[in-house]
Amino acid sequence: MYKIAKENLTALFQKIAAQQELYLPVKTAGQVNFGVWTDDAQVDLDTLKSVKSPKDVFFPQSETLYTCIKDGRKLKIEPEALKEQSFVVFGMKACDIKGVEVLDRVFLSDPIDTFYAARRDHGTVVALACHEPEESCFCKVFGVDCADPVADVAAWMIEDTLYWKPVTKKGEALTASLEELLTEDDAAEAKVEAEQAAIRAIVEKLPYSHLSLEGWNGDVLMEKFNSGLWDELYKPCLACGTCTFVCPTCQCYDIKDYNTGHGVQRYRCWDSCMYSDFTMMAHGNNRTTQKERFRQRFMHKLVYFPANNDGMYSCVGCGRCVEKCPAALNIVKVIKAFQKQGGEQ
Amino acid sequence: MQELINRAKELLADGTVARVLGWKAGDLPFNPEPAYFEKEEDFADFVYDGFCGANLSKYMIEASKLEGKTLVCLKPCDTYSFRQLMKEHRVDREKAYIIGVGCRGKLDVNKIRDMGIKGIESVQGAEIEEEGDTLTFQTIYGEKTCSYADAMLERCHVCKGKEHMIYDELIGESKETKDADRFAEVEKIEAMSPEERFAYFQKELSKCIRCNACRNVCPACSCRKCVFDSTKFDSAQKANVNSFEEKMFHIIRAFHVAGRCTDCGECSRVCPQGIPLHLFNRKFIKDIDELYGEYQAGADDEERGPLTSYSMDDAEPGIVAERG
Amino acid sequence: MSIEAKEEFRPKIVAFCCNWCSYAGADLAGSSRLSYPADVKIIRVPCSCRVNPMFILRAFERGADGVIMCGCHPGDCHYTSGNYYARRRMTLLFSMLDFIGVENGRTRVEWVSAAEGARFSATMHEFVDKIRSLGKNVRLEDLRCRN
Repeated sequence: MYKIAKENLTALFQKIAAQQELYLPVKTAGQVNFGVWTDDAQVDLDTLKSVKSPKDVFFPQSETLYTCIKDGRKLKIEPEALKEQSFVVFGMKACDIKGVEVLDRVFLSDPIDTFYAARRDHGTVVALACHEPEESCFCKVFGVDCADPVADVAAWMIEDTLYWKPVTKKGEALTASLEELLTEDDAAEAKVEAEQAAIRAIVEKLPYSHLSLEGWNGDVLMEKFNSGLWDELYKPCLACGTCTFVCPTCQCYDIKDYNTGHGVQRYRCWDSCMYSDFTMMAHGNNRTTQKERFRQRFMHKLVYFPANNDGMYSCVGCGRCVEKCPAALNIVKVIKAFQKQGGEQ
Repeated sequence: MQELINRAKELLADGTVARVLGWKAGDLPFNPEPAYFEKEEDFADFVYDGFCGANLSKYMIEASKLEGKTLVCLKPCDTYSFRQLMKEHRVDREKAYIIGVGCRGKLDVNKIRDMGIKGIESVQGAEIEEEGDTLTFQTIYGEKTCSYADAMLERCHVCKGKEHMIYDELIGESKETKDADRFAEVEKIEAMSPEERFAYFQKELSKCIRCNACRNVCPACSCRKCVFDSTKFDSAQKANVNSFEEKMFHIIRAFHVAGRCTDCGECSRVCPQGIPLHLFNRKFIKDIDELYGEYQAGADDEERGPLTSYSMDDAEPGIVAERG
Repeated sequence: MSIEAKEEFRPKIVAFCCNWCSYAGADLAGSSRLSYPADVKIIRVPCSCRVNPMFILRAFERGADGVIMCGCHPGDCHYTSGNYYARRRMTLLFSMLDFIGVENGRTRVEWVSAAEGARFSATMHEFVDKIRSLGKNVRLEDLRCRN
């Protein structure tokens, strides 16, 4: 295991950025989101959660697929190039990494999404363990260990030192390129273990950590779908897309054309099942009420996705929806409501 | 709060109202959600405290379509929204039984987090009856305190006053929380150079994720079909590709509610990226006040809105350039 | 065309003209053989009141460097009061554009009657000069629309 002093991190970032693009949590106008490192970027490793999950590094909110350009009476079609340069994502949390695993299930299974696959291939992820988990976190429920993130490199920030452990080949390659800044430390293992124990002890105390997922699996489709609870649960929902857009696992997108005046840009952008034009078809819309849209989101995460993916839920317990929903709705409240009903029956 | 619950139960029991629209306690100390209460036993979860910031007027648009009356709890600032919606015939006064609830400022959990208070297990001092000015948090990381005023939403610092604009009855005392000038922030930006102003808004708006929370929570945004949702018009862009789309959306949205916006501050409260969206609305309000006379949307039933009326001697648009 | 002429900045100007006064004013300018710069592209609208703020923003998005709206003189609106409403709207919109840092002067409202062909021509010359001095609109442009 290696270590580097916190004050030398800027040098580390500079070194990485000299070789390849570097994404990390950056504070802009008071909010932390993942962004490209620049000399004047305000890096923030203390804020536990970025507002948006870092999924947009691999699956950007908007991306052009191809462009049609009018050239006299001809039409020229230019496909968008795939990502060819390698890049590093620094500071992803365990839940966000699990979120990428969920995205992999969708985009890397046949037919493979080449845009996504290219980004996955060229990205090296440096994961950062959570130092102080918060009340909205419930990653433990989904089997995520925020004290031991699994990525190309795992890192821990303990007091003023960053401990660095390469895990995969990609991680080792990155570590090798940073050798002059990282120092080997034999005592690190023990320090990290102590930190991990401390983190896990905090996780045990979090209010949501012992949430039960009993009754949620791929086999309860009709029972959950037809439940009367949805009639009540959706009511405060404002039909905005906040939960979807901050979520690390939501992967629905829309494909649209943008008329540039001299051609057409076909792009895809995140879509939200909360929106009235979601899955709009020629005949109209599948889900005409907000109740149906609301139900879709949670059924997808807790029933449809596990049914198609060997029981894997498409929620990782990051708690962003808990923090950001304007009407204070969230997946935990849904799970609890069903649990309560189950108890009463 | 108990008085409110008792009265609500009473009105429900004697059939005056068919349901009560209030707040249900959340599963964390600070996330109550808007909810309907139809049976007496539902009230076990009823809560009204400093975290009940949501403006329930918006929900009355849907509630007006339901059978029977809905009892709705409105804070002083929410009543402006309700009255404005009445003026626009979007809510039915006959379908509402309004209890004007007291307010001593609502809390912003993001501000609390920014003060380094995290891992919150419980909160004392947010109750509506509480007189003190200190919030005490029991957190996983120990006990923390902060002042109530420091944790208040931006809108409460420029509170329009403790008077309810419309109500059937009042329950609870309100407190004056205004300690800042409503237009101070706007003036600060106006004083910047165009380059600085552009850089400021570019930075703020580049955070926008087009989630539409600001629009959907806004009581003035009550169109059945928003122009930005229209599939037949190329304004329906969900792209987040460069800065223009965000500027377009926020300018047009603010414009569409100009003269109708009561400055309830919900847009800024719900923005997941903390964009000070109220600045757009307040800029319009400030201009309207200066050019067409002071106007507060939702303060009356009769007066025509500033954008649906005119006078012969209105200022010419060139005044913008002249003001410099 | 010489090389210098090619490099000269030719702004794209959109002029929304109301059918009853300003468009007729432009017509009169033409039939009186008064020139106005070819950079100005006129869009005829039934009334100045028809101009939605979104039209103006869309024009900028698609690469316009200046937008001018012309209507009947206050009091002369074919529909009695359309231009009075338009006046308030445009005042507020321009003020907002100024607020977010768009250069002052890229937008303008002028009242031009059907009898004012000379005024139409002069106004357009003046506006084009102003936009030339301001240069290209970059603050409200959508990069996707760039050629």
